[in-house]
Amino acid sequence: MERDIREDIAWAKINTDVLKSLESPRRLYWVIVFVAMLIFSIGIGCEVYQYNVGLGVANMDNPHVWGLYIATFIFWIGMSHSGTLLSAILLLMGADWRKPIYRFAEAMTTFSLMTAGLFVMVHLGRLWQVYYALPYPNERGVWPNFQSPLLWDAMAIFTYLSSSVLFLFIGMIPDLAICRDHLHPGWRKKLYTLLSLGWEGTDRQWRNFRVAYVTVACFLIPLAVSVHSIVASDFAMSQQPGWHVTSFPPYFVAGALYSGCAAIITLFIILRYVFKFEDYMTLPILKKIARLTFAIAMVWTYLNAVEFASVWYSHDQASKDVLIQKATGPYAPFWWMMNFCGSVVPLVLAFKRFQTSIPVLFAVSLLLNLGMWLERWMIVAPTFSHGYYPWTWDHDQWPSLVQWGMVFGSFGWFTLLFMVFCKVFPSVSMYEVKEMVYHRKMALENKTEGAH
Amino acid sequence: MSQHHLLALFNNFDEAEAVISELRSSNIKGFDFDDLTLKSPIEHHDVETLLGDRPAKGQWFTLFGALMGGLLGFFLISGAQANFFSQHKGGKPIVPIPANFVLTYEMFILGGVFISVLGFLICAGLPAKRSPLYSSKVSIDQIGILLKADASAVAAIKAVFTKHRALEIQEEVGK
Repeated sequence: MERDIREDIAWAKINTDVLKSLESPRRLYWVIVFVAMLIFSIGIGCEVYQYNVGLGVANMDNPHVWGLYIATFIFWIGMSHSGTLLSAILLLMGADWRKPIYRFAEAMTTFSLMTAGLFVMVHLGRLWQVYYALPYPNERGVWPNFQSPLLWDAMAIFTYLSSSVLFLFIGMIPDLAICRDHLHPGWRKKLYTLLSLGWEGTDRQWRNFRVAYVTVACFLIPLAVSVHSIVASDFAMSQQPGWHVTSFPPYFVAGALYSGCAAIITLFIILRYVFKFEDYMTLPILKKIARLTFAIAMVWTYLNAVEFASVWYSHDQASKDVLIQKATGPYAPFWWMMNFCGSVVPLVLAFKRFQTSIPVLFAVSLLLNLGMWLERWMIVAPTFSHGYYPWTWDHDQWPSLVQWGMVFGSFGWFTLLFMVFCKVFPSVSMYEVKEMVYHRKMALENKTEGAH
Repeated sequence: MSQHHLLALFNNFDEAEAVISELRSSNIKGFDFDDLTLKSPIEHHDVETLLGDRPAKGQWFTLFGALMGGLLGFFLISGAQANFFSQHKGGKPIVPIPANFVLTYEMFILGGVFISVLGFLICAGLPAKRSPLYSSKVSIDQIGILLKADASAVAAIKAVFTKHRALEIQEEVGK
């Protein structure tokens, strides 16, 4: 049977390999950082232009009051579910193969949420009044509507972001202590000394560490489900045709896990090469993620079909018209591409030989996320172009270059944050990989003794 | 009598376990078993069992934090909504329980997470100053046993360490 990781890797080698990743990545790392900065600067340029000229340059007008900004906001919120899935759910399920890869998935969660948060501000247009979105009660005579999912969103995302940052930080403390002990003096050592909080790996520290880590993991799972359910409620609780669907919350959660898994495959492959993590981010682990992604893809496909069927058989003519418009109207190429990328492309993952083929998986993961981004756009835009009022029906609006620029810019921003994180903090959890190697070695020895 | 701090490093958990068992049963005068601390690169449940009943109490912080978060959330929202008396509500309840459940739930989790982390820091004694004796080898692959004992007990403890193949023994005279 293929092994997820070699049991004979020495603990000292694990430290050395991971610490090396903080100092000498492959040249591709710098290429990625440069490209990300370039793309991010396009986004910054677009935002500066929109800030100076006004939200009109985004080409959002009635009825298209939500555009790519909101679609991309949902996309990034969805992406953030990867960390929760790999870290929290698989932790509680006792799947130890998650250990070499959960750290970067948690980082993805944090940075995805930060990116999503930016879109709320960008969408509001008036950045100087962004604090109006914060739901503190009744000050300034704003009278927040506590029954609105939009307000729930603000609270849910704040809770998820702060909890994810704490979860990421707690999980890193033992590794930060390793960095503190073994890196050369300099700003990094000072940073690690500060952040490791004096961790020494005592039995008291480990005992409380595990309790806290598992507790926060237990909180994160319902939290992640609630966050995306609330985002789904932004749509499902409205009366707009195409959005008022009961199955939206689970559909959104499945889509979130799906895009998160696909992104994990993409970043797994990149990190494996860039930081020379071939011994830790192994092909059997990649295979498991590919299978997990396939399973979630099928759940998403089913829920997608349920959504179509609910609309089709509900005899709500307006909603049915939106669905027909999606399949045959101006958005049809994107809608069909969404279905192709989301439901057909993942079938590749059912074949064993592709489950460990890095080029195929890399291409597939990008296509899956393209499909997931299109899904969010196809939720937002077609409803506006075919609402209850007939005057909306000839108001198809193509997002302006400013909107597109900021969407691309967000990918640059996310990549930049992520790559900087991986260079400053260990992206493979050293102590958990040691645990994995140790327990597997023990299991192997017990098995061998049993055989004798 | 002056207190001595001793740190012994071992190659694996088996040796550390053997030392802990022996120290626990040996009843050396001038040494209290509760002053023994195990340091390891990973968590190890078997050794922790040998150390005896040293429970983690973080879950009480979690319970308190979650309940306080939920209550604070509910009353903060309801308090704000109570001001809606001055507005027309069209027969709708001033404090709508089902709608408020969502924010109460979020605050329940937020409180639970924040106070759990605080509880972890308090229970684990973090942030901490460096122990009197410290070896960075513990963060690589060695298991350390740190203890405090009277000068009269040091020789006997060192003998136990040596018997179980300690790789290194550090000693410091404390206060």
